[in-house]
Amino acid sequence: MGRKLLLDKAHIENIRYYDVYRANGGYESAEKALKMTPELVLDEVKKSGLRGRGGAGFPTGMKWSFIAKPEGVPRYLVCNADESEPGTFKDRYLMEFLPHLLIEGLLISSYTLGANSCYIYIRGEYAWIPDILEEAIADAKKNGWLGKNIMGTGFDLEIYVQRGAGAYICGEETALIESLEGKRGNPRIKPPFPAIKGLWDCPTVVNNVETLAAIVPIMRIGGEEYAKYGTGKSTGTKLISACGNINKPGVYEIEMNISVEEFIYSEEYCGGIANGKRLKACIPGGSSVPIVPANLLLKTAKGETRMMTYESLSDGGFATGTMMGSGGFIVLDEDQCIVKNTLTFARFYHHESCGQCSPCREGTGWMERVLKNIEKGKGKMSDIDLLWDIQRKIEGNTICPLGDAAAWPVAAAIRHFRDEFEWHVLHPEESQVRNFGLAHYADPLEIAAPAAV
Amino acid sequence: MFSEAKLNKVKEIIARYPQGKQKSALLPVLHLAQEEFGGWLSAETMDYVASLLQITPIEVYEVATFYSMFNMKPVGKYVFEVCHTGPCMLRGSDNIVDYIKKKLDINVGETTKDGLFTLKTVECLGACGYAPMMQLGKHYREHLTPERVDEIINECRVNAN
Repeated sequence: MGRKLLLDKAHIENIRYYDVYRANGGYESAEKALKMTPELVLDEVKKSGLRGRGGAGFPTGMKWSFIAKPEGVPRYLVCNADESEPGTFKDRYLMEFLPHLLIEGLLISSYTLGANSCYIYIRGEYAWIPDILEEAIADAKKNGWLGKNIMGTGFDLEIYVQRGAGAYICGEETALIESLEGKRGNPRIKPPFPAIKGLWDCPTVVNNVETLAAIVPIMRIGGEEYAKYGTGKSTGTKLISACGNINKPGVYEIEMNISVEEFIYSEEYCGGIANGKRLKACIPGGSSVPIVPANLLLKTAKGETRMMTYESLSDGGFATGTMMGSGGFIVLDEDQCIVKNTLTFARFYHHESCGQCSPCREGTGWMERVLKNIEKGKGKMSDIDLLWDIQRKIEGNTICPLGDAAAWPVAAAIRHFRDEFEWHVLHPEESQVRNFGLAHYADPLEIAAPAAV
Repeated sequence: MFSEAKLNKVKEIIARYPQGKQKSALLPVLHLAQEEFGGWLSAETMDYVASLLQITPIEVYEVATFYSMFNMKPVGKYVFEVCHTGPCMLRGSDNIVDYIKKKLDINVGETTKDGLFTLKTVECLGACGYAPMMQLGKHYREHLTPERVDEIINECRVNAN
């Protein structure tokens, strides 16, 4: 059994209620942190090597150290619970089953940052979760962990829950801030970064739910000890939400020292491919990270075992690797159609583009239309190169990373499964009644880009 | 017009933000308004929300039209929002959508003649491990099968009577 830091107590009945959580060591990390200076708590977070769990993987301690501290200006902590990346449903699990773990993490983090108000921005569709969180917040307050002069330290904190209303883009931190201010979720141009000018133009830190929950075990065991979990710069544990064609979809906590093969095939985790099928491809970090065929998923291009770490998953760059991303692990079996799968993601990003930048606003819809044609057996060979061309022109040319997120799935699908796209074009009728099946996995390096581009 | 209790709720929401930042209450108040006034936001409803928050109507319109959860036209009493993004598609969401279409004799985006059901396809709702799924009101209905869909439809019909 892998070691756990976040879900180690998830099996305890009624752990979502204050009394049970407290009786099982809950709020002891907060007790410890509140006796330290904020600077010392920050040191522990830095030592832990914790990287943002929302998808970007930026070192949390460093992000916190950027926050501006002008005299007389309030600072804010915003918890990003706008979990919307297809394949990702881990934060939902934490909030539903371990709400006090999150609240304890928010308390320690707010204390460290000097924030007296904290907002949990949760996606609107998770409509039943705010009730769970608000009940937990009320119980924490009743027991002196929130409100005025917490545990006699002189530190005040209020936590509020704000529901979004259906917009993937609000997971981007500046769009989230705009939304929290009661506006459309249009990302802001950076700089200035939120750490300088965020919510209501005040210094703000925005962190993912899992990142903030991880502060609790870091304080419990200490930053150095936390850093001993995992491998290299992938310290600690990571929640992986596994879905698609596997036997045991669900949320798993892994120590970042196991292989991808173990994660997919062991009984402890995904339990293998469903219905006795073979593995075709995988998107290991949420819909925006590159899809990789089975051969490149289990081993890197150098022939090394692919591990569930930030470094190993991205080994080989986009030519032969992918990314850890948000941990939304999507598995495709041999019966799945890569063109159809790519189409649903292109449609998703088209639907979710905020419309500010023309490459994204126009490009995502264009990619969706071209992919729809190919999928319906109405595509031309030149459409495949056209798709490649469009995604190249979106990537890097937008205010926020949604453009990149829309471009990468299309690029990776063509890079690794070009033969399947060509088969759709060459066999318009057959492609409507059967799937291409397992790819022959042509050498991905040779077909990384169409010759003409 | 909101009831006294709802108006107090609005006040409580506004108090979460610093003085003068009541515009931040817009999304929560629009959710309240949609629940209260028939499941959608008419121009009158949006103007009312603007007056409550002391902002201009256009500030409400531009926000209401941006977010997919706000309905800009009337919907049925029960809205089936079936996810059809990648992970749900891999687990057969297309079949579920087709089944509901046939069963209710409507297309995606339409409402049944009795005003009871609206069918929508939506993008990823964060339930990928429990696919296929749909949102029905405040809650998710997961691990959908045709039999499960039948049960849900019956349940709605019973509740409507």
